[in-house]
Amino acid sequence: MSILLDKDTTFIVQGITGREAINLTRECLDYGSKIVGGVTPGRKGREVHGVPVFDTVAQAVENHGEPIDGSVVTVPPGFTKDAVIEAIANGIKLLVIVTERIPRGDVAEMVEFANTHGARIIGPNCLGLIVPGVCKMGGIGGPAKDAAKSYEPGIVGVMSRSGGMTTEISSSLTAAGLGVSTAVSIGGDAIIGSTYAELMPYFEADEQTKAIVIYTEPGGRMEAQLAEWKKENNSRLPIVAFMAGKFMDDEEMQGMSFGHAGTIVEGKEDSANEKIKRLEEAGIKVVERIDEIPDAVKERIEG
Amino acid sequence: MSATESMDSVFIDVEIAEPAASDVDLAKKLEEVCPVNIFKATDSGTEIVSGQLDECVLCELCVEAAPTGAVTIIKKYEQ
Amino acid sequence: MRFYEYEAREIVELAGIPVTKYGFCQTADEARKVAEEIGGPTVIKSQVLTGGRMKAGGVQFADTPEEAAEHAANILELEINGLKPVGVLVDPKAEIKQEYYAGVVWDGTAKKPLMLFSDMGGIDIEQVAEEHPDHVGRGHISNLLPVGDFEAKQVIAATGVTGSQLNRATPVLAKLARLFRDNDMLLAEINPLAELTDGSFVALDAHMEMEDEAVGRQKNLLRKELGIAEDDTRDNYVPSQFEKNVKAIDAADHRGVIQGKDHGFKGNLGLVIGAGGGSLTLTDAVRNQGGRPANYSEIGGNPSVAKACGLATEVLQKDGVEKIAVMMSIVSNTRVDIVARGVIKACLELGRDPAETIAIFRIPGAWEDEGSKILDHYGVEYCDRTVSLWDAAGRAVAKIQGAST
Repeated sequence: MSILLDKDTTFIVQGITGREAINLTRECLDYGSKIVGGVTPGRKGREVHGVPVFDTVAQAVENHGEPIDGSVVTVPPGFTKDAVIEAIANGIKLLVIVTERIPRGDVAEMVEFANTHGARIIGPNCLGLIVPGVCKMGGIGGPAKDAAKSYEPGIVGVMSRSGGMTTEISSSLTAAGLGVSTAVSIGGDAIIGSTYAELMPYFEADEQTKAIVIYTEPGGRMEAQLAEWKKENNSRLPIVAFMAGKFMDDEEMQGMSFGHAGTIVEGKEDSANEKIKRLEEAGIKVVERIDEIPDAVKERIEG
Repeated sequence: MSATESMDSVFIDVEIAEPAASDVDLAKKLEEVCPVNIFKATDSGTEIVSGQLDECVLCELCVEAAPTGAVTIIKKYEQ
Repeated sequence: MRFYEYEAREIVELAGIPVTKYGFCQTADEARKVAEEIGGPTVIKSQVLTGGRMKAGGVQFADTPEEAAEHAANILELEINGLKPVGVLVDPKAEIKQEYYAGVVWDGTAKKPLMLFSDMGGIDIEQVAEEHPDHVGRGHISNLLPVGDFEAKQVIAATGVTGSQLNRATPVLAKLARLFRDNDMLLAEINPLAELTDGSFVALDAHMEMEDEAVGRQKNLLRKELGIAEDDTRDNYVPSQFEKNVKAIDAADHRGVIQGKDHGFKGNLGLVIGAGGGSLTLTDAVRNQGGRPANYSEIGGNPSVAKACGLATEVLQKDGVEKIAVMMSIVSNTRVDIVARGVIKACLELGRDPAETIAIFRIPGAWEDEGSKILDHYGVEYCDRTVSLWDAAGRAVAKIQGAST
């Protein structure tokens, strides 16, 4: 059907009275998502587009009368860690962290806390996830009628570190009639809650998903991790990778820089060509123009 | 530094009809709900901060907070 | 954020790790005084934010305070890789029995800090790891639990180090790990960690890098202890005025993100583009279709009108810019109408006609209908998602080339 989210998923929005949260709350509600509460400390009693606001996550859970599944977190970077831990401590299992510029140490703490409490974090610095035609968590796809233009239900699972390109890629799949099962904007930070490889088991278990498309750039090691996972797990899912910015291989790119001891942790970073080779060795097809994606997918499915 | 003049209210204007505009309680409410600080609560009611008008995100929380028809959002690019 | 060696030493000392009786000097006279206090042979080290100091002659040995002053005078004037030092470090020349390496880095795959230790210090740790893997111990630390001394002990013991050396090195590595976490470092290295002939352990050199995002919450260390000014960011290269201006606009408003780069760009087409992956794709698309970008930029997140206006204004004010192209990959949380307001306002405030100035506007996505109403009102040409990033870039190039003929 989908991964992580479905039509029955309930969630709250932490930081709901902020500018961005007000916007995405409206969008998610219009899209059919079940937002059952919002949390902004000090603003209990208010309402945002009909959603009741509470001071604490515990109050939101009590009001709902049963456990709440998820939270979209838009709380500013200095306070995000506290908000996420509060959510997990109150039983929330799926966190979508929209906030960017959170110090890396805080992100690592949140991720470890989530891991030890059976919770999953998507992000931070991400646009969330969407099950086309059913529901979404986060601003991904924008308002309902804009999202409908790019996201139609279908068979391809999409994962992208670049928020904007998640929709651009999904748009090409929708235009080609393949559609999207679930699309996940996984976030652009150096440390994120869920990498490509960590989300693969969910897609693997989803009958609706027949292929995967990911977004990549030169640099970084997440794709190598994915290639290893695919080899070790005998996955049924063909994977196509869209690579942007290959020409900028030599230039300074945003991405992880761990200082000169970095390579002994992660191994030498691939050049763009090395990465393409490594991915293709694992059976992952790499394309460089978005309009080539649907054909590559069709080819892999039929092959 | 070139002389660029900062222009206010190029795209959006907001009007509040009386008696709502002088309502001190409403003023506090409007100041609270607006995410971009267009409204300022004063002793004599609501003051519009003209420098913030173009930041309006069209959320209409002000319209919802006020008596029906008291607050109007004007999109100048539709005129 | 990078630190000078003398600052890294101070950071390490504040964490309780033994350092030498070094002195940071900014004149030859100060160097002489410190050398006198040390009362023996000294090492004079240039304090610059670049490597290769030894090769360039930025590290000298002195037997007397007079020599120390002489070396200091020379090194203070010595440019290394285009950089002049902010001072020199005067170190007692140590009687070293053995050199070790102690370091902490981020492991992005494990999502935890990783402690590293080697009994082959003083040389490149990556080389050691490749050629003598048995001599490198490693161990992750939890992000949540306090760092236990035993965790450092395990890492060191894995290299075969035992005896009093193990007991002296353990607290050093443990404290380094704690300081890494407490001070939001991306890298914390002591190389070499020296065992002196008297058996004591001392940090002879230290290298620290702090995460830029965390600088705001490390005021106590940065401002109080180290005395580093707020505008002292130690960027890797000197940003242009354009880049500085854009950064200032970005910093002043937490809504959305903007970035601008113009290093090496000299064109007539200003780019207001995004986000991230989209910017890369678009810059390439413009260049490959014969366009001459004046800059690279990224706009993303959920920016305010003011921020979008700020970026467009800076781009428009660059020398040689005739028109701007406003293009992004399909947006979800960036609002098309907000960006439209921003770029149009930038034109109006500069007394320019938006229809003439904006060569193309290609941002499909959230609030695009509202955005197109605004663009229509001002006569600005725009395309929707049926026009690819490639084709939109092509149209912008055609427009500006048509205008100049």
